[in-house]
Amino acid sequence: MLRKTIFWLVVALILVYMTIPAAVVLMTSVSPSELLEFPPSGFSLRWYGRALGYDDFQAAFVNGLIVTAIASTTALLIGSGFAYLVDRYRFPGRGALEGILASPLIIPHFTTGLGFLLLGSRLGLAQSYVLVAAAHVMLVLPFVTRSVYVSLRNLDPNLERSAANLGASPWRVLRRVTMPLMVPGMVGGWIVAAILSFTEFTASLYVTAYRTQTLPVAMYTYIREYTDPTIAAISALLILVTIVVVILADRFLGLRRILSIDRS
Amino acid sequence: MGRDMEMRVREREPATLGDEGASAVEIVGATRQFGPVVAVNEVSLSVRRGEVLTLLGPSGCGKTTLLNMIAGFELPDSGFIRIDGRDVTEVPPYQRDTGMVFQNYALFPHMTVFENVAFGLRMRGLPAAKVKDEVGRALEMVKLSGLGERRIRQLSGGQQQRIALARAIVIRPKVLLLDEPLSALDKNLRGQMQVELKELHQKTGLTTVFVTHDQGEALSLSDRVVVMNRGEIQQVSTPIELYRNPVNSFVASFVGEINRLPPARHMRRGRELLLEFPQGVQLVTSAPPRDFEEGRKVHIFVRPENVTIVPAVEDLRPNVVRGRVVTHIYQGSHTVTRVEVTGLGPIELRMRGGEVMKQAPVGANVGVEIDLSEAVFMSE
Repeated sequence: MLRKTIFWLVVALILVYMTIPAAVVLMTSVSPSELLEFPPSGFSLRWYGRALGYDDFQAAFVNGLIVTAIASTTALLIGSGFAYLVDRYRFPGRGALEGILASPLIIPHFTTGLGFLLLGSRLGLAQSYVLVAAAHVMLVLPFVTRSVYVSLRNLDPNLERSAANLGASPWRVLRRVTMPLMVPGMVGGWIVAAILSFTEFTASLYVTAYRTQTLPVAMYTYIREYTDPTIAAISALLILVTIVVVILADRFLGLRRILSIDRS
Repeated sequence: MGRDMEMRVREREPATLGDEGASAVEIVGATRQFGPVVAVNEVSLSVRRGEVLTLLGPSGCGKTTLLNMIAGFELPDSGFIRIDGRDVTEVPPYQRDTGMVFQNYALFPHMTVFENVAFGLRMRGLPAAKVKDEVGRALEMVKLSGLGERRIRQLSGGQQQRIALARAIVIRPKVLLLDEPLSALDKNLRGQMQVELKELHQKTGLTTVFVTHDQGEALSLSDRVVVMNRGEIQQVSTPIELYRNPVNSFVASFVGEINRLPPARHMRRGRELLLEFPQGVQLVTSAPPRDFEEGRKVHIFVRPENVTIVPAVEDLRPNVVRGRVVTHIYQGSHTVTRVEVTGLGPIELRMRGGEVMKQAPVGANVGVEIDLSEAVFMSE
């Protein structure tokens, strides 16, 4: 009995701890006060109206979508190729390739951002989406590659053998069996990349200009100037949208399986 | 595509053309090594047209590697593979016209049952109407008509097995390759599928190579059995021959249950062979199958069904030895009884029904009669 109580207590604590920042922001976002206050003194949705109507946020939202679309799609193409190479072929430099793919986990985001900023201004790309997308591709590539790699690993090699046995040439095996079975992994990888890219802040702060700033950067700019709960409302909206995307992905694609969170 | 069609038409005719018509598959001196392990060592084997040939052996004996060589998934380091008289050693799997059923079935999860079965026909470029016909017929053959639109994961294990079979036979392969196809099924279903496999073979007449580690399956399904161990063929023969006359102690103990008696000294006495075991126990056999070298002991193998328990008073008869009952294992139709026999050690015997448990309870002193007329003799 006692052990059970302790167990549930620990679970509850972890849940509270993991969700507390989001909960605080959500509560603050419905405050009627002109200032960021916690706990809120009442209930109002006025800041949601302001957040949705604010020009900079609207522009940043569109910028974010553009960058995310370019970055995740590019990362998906490169990452799928990498994953296939690393899974199927033994070649010199394979280990180095794997290392490079993991490097964004080692190199801090602000270093990546700074590097791309210096490079970008030298190349005259400082005002361009290309620069932002390039930085994002590098940051999300390991996640996409991993997602595709896991789904390749989980692919029963007998399926490809079976197709070959039934008369499919290697190209047809790839097109009719391997590729269709990799689609969930690729879509899952794309979604993870999209979320990471859309919410990325540190590197984006360096590589975006006013014209290309993404939502997190616009939010940062906002909070430096204003102290009203609009920022909490836009944060809450961002969280809600992300939750919906993740739930849909899990429901229709088995995101958990793709990320090999559970292997059943 | 035109060539594929032509080959398919030819395949349908009775296989009497040409001298090489007798063997559908020939393996000549094939060797395959994985690192230090020789998986298949200089194996030569010929599969006759229309027969069911079983590769039987423990795991790691090379049977699956051999099957994969026929399918083209493994290349021999040396040696040749011929299918229908044509050297296919270097031919990729997709041009070999074999039909394989995998242990885990390997059905395409993103396709319906129909699309799975149709896959091979579509790869051969058959027109849609023809594909539909052939798939329908194949599904009928495995008794799953009407399941065409199902998804694979909606099927039971037994159904998946049949779809895998349908998918392999629908292309009318030159040889059907079965890689332990029954091992994933539960026991009842396995028995039923054995019967169905037999019927299917009678209907299609396809040359079949069947891999299994289950000697029961091998004996019941095959025209000929190839027993393998450590990458080498031990014996090739009909199931009956294999059971009655195993060529060595590996085959004797791998195929069916068998008692191995301790090595015996032997003496010829007229038309009889006298066998002397430890503790002065003697057995005699009337028809010595062949001469054994003087001074070397013989090994004798006796099947459980050739040993019976007799009342202890009869122990003066020849080939009756004293023993003590150790355990009974009741199995419905018969009982397996283990007896500790003087001079011969533990011996298992099999008697009908369960009466033996009453007549000779555990611990009882009994006489054990050993019938050597079907025993296997091997010199040391």
